[in-house]
Amino acid sequence: MNGFPSGYRYTKSHEWIAVEGKTGKVGLTGYAQDQLGDITFVELPQVGRQLKQGEVFGVVESVKAASDCYAPVGGRVTAVNGRLETEPDLINRDPHGEGWIFQLEITNAAELDSLMDVETYTRYVAEQGEKG
Amino acid sequence: MTRQETAPPRPGRGTEPLIFELSSPGRIAYSLPALDVPDRPVDSLLPPSALRTRPPELPEVSEVDVVRHFTRLSQIQHGVDIGFYPLGSCTMKYNPKVNEDAAALPGFAGVHPYFPEEVVQGALELLYHMEKYLCEIGGVSRVSLQPAAGAHGELTGLLMFRAYHEDRGEHRTKVLIPDSAHGTNPASAVVCGYETVEVPSDSRGGVDLDALRRLMAPDVAGLMLTNPNTLGLFDENMHAIAEIVHEAGGLLYYDGANANAIMGVARPGDTGFDVVHFNLHKTFSTPHGGGGPGSGPVGATRELEPYLPVPLVDFDGRRYRLVYDRPKSIGRVKSFYGNFLVVVKAYAYIRSMGPDGLRQVSEDAVLAANYLMRKLAEHFHLPYDRHCKHEFVVSGVWQKERHGVRTLDMAKRLLDYGFHAPTVYFPLIVPECFMVEPTETESRETLDAFARVMAHIAEEARQQPDLVKAAPHTTPVKRLDEALAARKPNVRWQPET
Repeated sequence: MNGFPSGYRYTKSHEWIAVEGKTGKVGLTGYAQDQLGDITFVELPQVGRQLKQGEVFGVVESVKAASDCYAPVGGRVTAVNGRLETEPDLINRDPHGEGWIFQLEITNAAELDSLMDVETYTRYVAEQGEKG
Repeated sequence: MTRQETAPPRPGRGTEPLIFELSSPGRIAYSLPALDVPDRPVDSLLPPSALRTRPPELPEVSEVDVVRHFTRLSQIQHGVDIGFYPLGSCTMKYNPKVNEDAAALPGFAGVHPYFPEEVVQGALELLYHMEKYLCEIGGVSRVSLQPAAGAHGELTGLLMFRAYHEDRGEHRTKVLIPDSAHGTNPASAVVCGYETVEVPSDSRGGVDLDALRRLMAPDVAGLMLTNPNTLGLFDENMHAIAEIVHEAGGLLYYDGANANAIMGVARPGDTGFDVVHFNLHKTFSTPHGGGGPGSGPVGATRELEPYLPVPLVDFDGRRYRLVYDRPKSIGRVKSFYGNFLVVVKAYAYIRSMGPDGLRQVSEDAVLAANYLMRKLAEHFHLPYDRHCKHEFVVSGVWQKERHGVRTLDMAKRLLDYGFHAPTVYFPLIVPECFMVEPTETESRETLDAFARVMAHIAEEARQQPDLVKAAPHTTPVKRLDEALAARKPNVRWQPET
């Protein structure tokens, strides 16, 4: 569960976003995929869809549960990871890389400030573990 | 080598081919006697559009093939008649066989829903009294016996919520649901066209009252609640919850899945619920799972009663009749009168237990759960350390962190010791959880045996983690690939071509 990438920003609902210029790549964290177990289905957002920060962009189903996923920041969906349609377990195998879910054009970069950096997120995840 | 060339399985062991794989062309179970009426070709009776062009692909087997096949299947199954089945929130209690006797009486088993009322007065009388009993148990004014199961009851209740609000000229679009709720609650709300909003739990496992106050708004139709909840905890703030919801014009729905904890002790209608469902197939000992069908009667307070499905059964002092003239009713939710024979079985249960007996059912169910919870807490993490009701949640986080053994692995290992696994990974708010519901029908010896095996598995997780991670070892099939089954479901047998 260690080793969340340091350049990424993180949400309390365990999505990550990697930002390059105005573009953000979004996925689920290693902690999220570990909690979910084997992922069996990913519902991808429509390309072109306008998302608000915190809006449900899709659903991830695993052998344990179906979970809503939330947009870390607002923006327009510019690309989705089509490989997840046939290989949903990419999220299990490489959550922070090949298992990315979609890309968006960020509407308001200031929203990124409300997200956690890697140190804060690592602490947050450790606290979640203690609650269990 | 095909499956047919392998030796047949020994009783209770090995796998069993599909009955289609046992098929042999031309083999039949019965030779029917010659017709004693004139034979007419079928195409003279039916139009070509209604006729098959080739025979149906049914298995061709003898009587003994059928009997042995299903007997062997029954020997590699698990059920409440075989052993302990502590599946949380499912109330897998023993189903007394006297219920089956009652349902098999020809006056019940032989009636047809199109019989005129005059000749089914006994059946209607039973429905009438069953409604009265459920009203008494649930603290509600009237009950419809029509819904076919729990989630169907939820949908019925939510349709009643909608009818009630629209009757008052209000269009409410949201339903609040706690984060510990059964998955059917949000599913039913969405099917009913509502948007769902999650209410967080507080540190004691109950509804977070501040969050509820914040979320309760004029566009909220109501709150769906299970009490005791899926953590097996009774929400002590029930009256405050009801007040918050009602003050904002919302309604309260009682998910009766966990009613085995409260019979004769607390009545949902008295604690502020407006619509209540009962799971006859859980609380009232009718078969469920593969042995269904279920039955999910829905009760309502006086204020919500006009919206109940039709027909209801009324009695005018002389005869029982089916009443359809209820203008505010949401209408029918199922053909005819629900799963009638299931209602008969539950009626037999209520009559054989009596009011004191039903109260003792709940008391014993709660006692069994608390006894087992304390035993398991010696080896597993207990996230909410307080008295539980009919079920409880323990977590395998210690085993996962220290030995890399997950709750799923330990659940699979239980199968090697002849127990059905508890519900796992639910409720979602407790990581690596087991949700255990022993029910009142289990003896102390059975509870002790289960606790011993759980302690033994915790020890195995420490000493031989790989043994547990590869479990089960003694079942007809070993660890199944659940992820592959979900990703690439293969559910239909097809002949090899």
